[in-house]
Amino acid sequence: MDSDDDFMSAVSSEDDVLPDDSENEDMSDAEDFDFDDEPDPDLGMSKDFGVKKKVPFDINFKVFHPSDIQKQQDDLINEVNMILDISKEEAAILLRHFRWNKERLLEDSMDKQRQVFEAAGLAQTSAGPPRLETIPGFVCDICCEEGEGLQSFAIKCGHRYCVDCYRHYLSQKIRGEGEAARIQCPADGCNLIIDSRSLDLLVMPELTGRYHELLNRTYVEDKDTLKWCPAPDCQNAIECGVKKKELDKVVPTVACDCGHRFCFGCILNDHQPAPCELVKKWLKKCADDSETANWISANTKECPKCNSTIEKNGGCNHMTCRKCKHEFCWMCMGLWSEHGTSWYSCNRFEEKSGTEARDAQARSRVSLERYLHYYNRYANHEQSARLDKNIYQKTETKMVQLQKESGMSWIEVQYLNSASQALQTCRQTLMWTYAFAFYLARNNLTEIFEDNQKDLEMAVEALSGMFEKNVTELSDPKLKVEIMDKTAYCNKRRIILLEDTAANLAEGRWTFNVELTSGAAASSSHRR
Amino acid sequence: MASGSQKRLAKEYADCTKTPPTGMSIHLANESDLHKWHVTLEGPAGSVYAGGRFGLIITLPTDYPFKAPDVRFATRIYHPNVTNDNQGGICLGLLKSGNWKPSTRLLSVLEAIRGLLAEPQPDDPLEARIAHEYQNDRKEFEKNARSYVNHYAKGPVKFDVAPPNVNASGSSKDGAAPSR
Repeated sequence: MDSDDDFMSAVSSEDDVLPDDSENEDMSDAEDFDFDDEPDPDLGMSKDFGVKKKVPFDINFKVFHPSDIQKQQDDLINEVNMILDISKEEAAILLRHFRWNKERLLEDSMDKQRQVFEAAGLAQTSAGPPRLETIPGFVCDICCEEGEGLQSFAIKCGHRYCVDCYRHYLSQKIRGEGEAARIQCPADGCNLIIDSRSLDLLVMPELTGRYHELLNRTYVEDKDTLKWCPAPDCQNAIECGVKKKELDKVVPTVACDCGHRFCFGCILNDHQPAPCELVKKWLKKCADDSETANWISANTKECPKCNSTIEKNGGCNHMTCRKCKHEFCWMCMGLWSEHGTSWYSCNRFEEKSGTEARDAQARSRVSLERYLHYYNRYANHEQSARLDKNIYQKTETKMVQLQKESGMSWIEVQYLNSASQALQTCRQTLMWTYAFAFYLARNNLTEIFEDNQKDLEMAVEALSGMFEKNVTELSDPKLKVEIMDKTAYCNKRRIILLEDTAANLAEGRWTFNVELTSGAAASSSHRR
Repeated sequence: MASGSQKRLAKEYADCTKTPPTGMSIHLANESDLHKWHVTLEGPAGSVYAGGRFGLIITLPTDYPFKAPDVRFATRIYHPNVTNDNQGGICLGLLKSGNWKPSTRLLSVLEAIRGLLAEPQPDDPLEARIAHEYQNDRKEFEKNARSYVNHYAKGPVKFDVAPPNVNASGSSKDGAAPSR
């Protein structure tokens, strides 16, 4: 069974609710979401935050659907509406002004209501509900129109304009500028905010839809604990308590209900085990260097024995120099004979000897080679991860074929799906282990890390090989068991690797050869 | 809405020409088009720009007054809030799209620009170097600003396309440097 899938989705599943006191502390600033007095199991709101951590690198988060987001806003608005005895529209404006921090809103409003209301763009007076009026002798100050029966509108400040101008103004703000929460009265120098009720009264339904969409957006964007799922067409938001300053200690990967896995810290695709800052540095370095580096690495290398320039023209890593007949590995440039069957020893970058490094040119080459070592492996897994998407589609056809040819049931062929998913997740992790390793300074822990990396890589490549077999071979029950075992093993190796890296990251035990700015614990052993 | 916009523009133009703001004369670039104004602005007395005459070109978008007007200097000026090139872009808070209010009159825009000449706002600069000089070496700034005035802002004001009824005798079609 696909245990990887299990632990990722378990975080948000209901049967897993085990309160864990240590977690509640992190979540203290998320208490806005406490809906104890109004439980609503249908929306999944009753889920507790104290979901037990199954593995150390797993973080707590919740997925909110558009209806949840709406309900949260409504609940907060209702609460403020009752406590402060103001209209719901005004409560909404106040909450947006305070970036949905209800506690601070209430505290400040009790102390100095006048200033708070003024700053938020709320009128002090209480007037009746907004309505359109026809006032004799009225001249619109925007279009300078006048005349009998000209309908006009004003919010509480009394700055009155004709309905056409008001509508035009609002549609310009909403459609043209994407503004919603902070649309002020059209009067010069008046900072009163136009409430949603007035807006609904004035504009066309299609614009109201857009307006409320923008309002919802500000709710998520105003809260530090909420982020939109970046997957295209996904309307969910994720709540997570990991703060920006903690990003040197944890890699907060979250999984949306739509299936997209991303980092809550930087919104990029899941990049465990590498922390956000290293990812940023790495991507920048790749963008700067990879074009040249790609060309050099993809096209030429020098024979380690006779220094002839060699172009790789086949797929195999086993190279034989035409000139001197030297046999070596294309990836690590080491002797092929030393590789034997376990050529995976070339996942480890051997630092060059000091004598060679003394030469400045050699040093720069070593530095480039070191980068290329990690980059090649990173890029290889990235590409393979992309190919995995194709494989996934092929899997589905294979599964249908298998069902037909071997008489297996739908449930019996699901192991291929699990295997494909495991491959994708593991490659994603492997890819980032190389970026991570590039910035890692050697100490005792790196040995363990590299062993874990090697184990995972071997398992993934083995599974990948089995997976590409044709249907007749796949229907062999023996291979099925092997694939299932290997899938479980890959997932297990990935968890072990991530557990180890996450634990050391949390404890600040890694030494990086670049400085991490976000944390005090980031040690700074400088580049060799 | 276009008719509303025309009515508003006609009213604003009538108001501006009837009682023009201090030290300004306002004309249309083209008699039949209310959307392009040519303004001649005299440097405020007591400022380094005193004695200079500056051309302003105001372009009113079709969506005016719901969108802010575009205002630029036609005459080169040495000022922290005006681009030091032949674009003459102006940094003025009330003209920015987020701040613009449809009820704001061009009269207040013009007064704000005049105010900017009387008192530059180095904290919100378009030309960081000039702003720095303004704050740290006022003498040097004043010297440079005056030399710009003498070089560019004396004599008849020229707009990109000279208005047909203004300074017809003094207009020449070439660059920014005026004939003395």
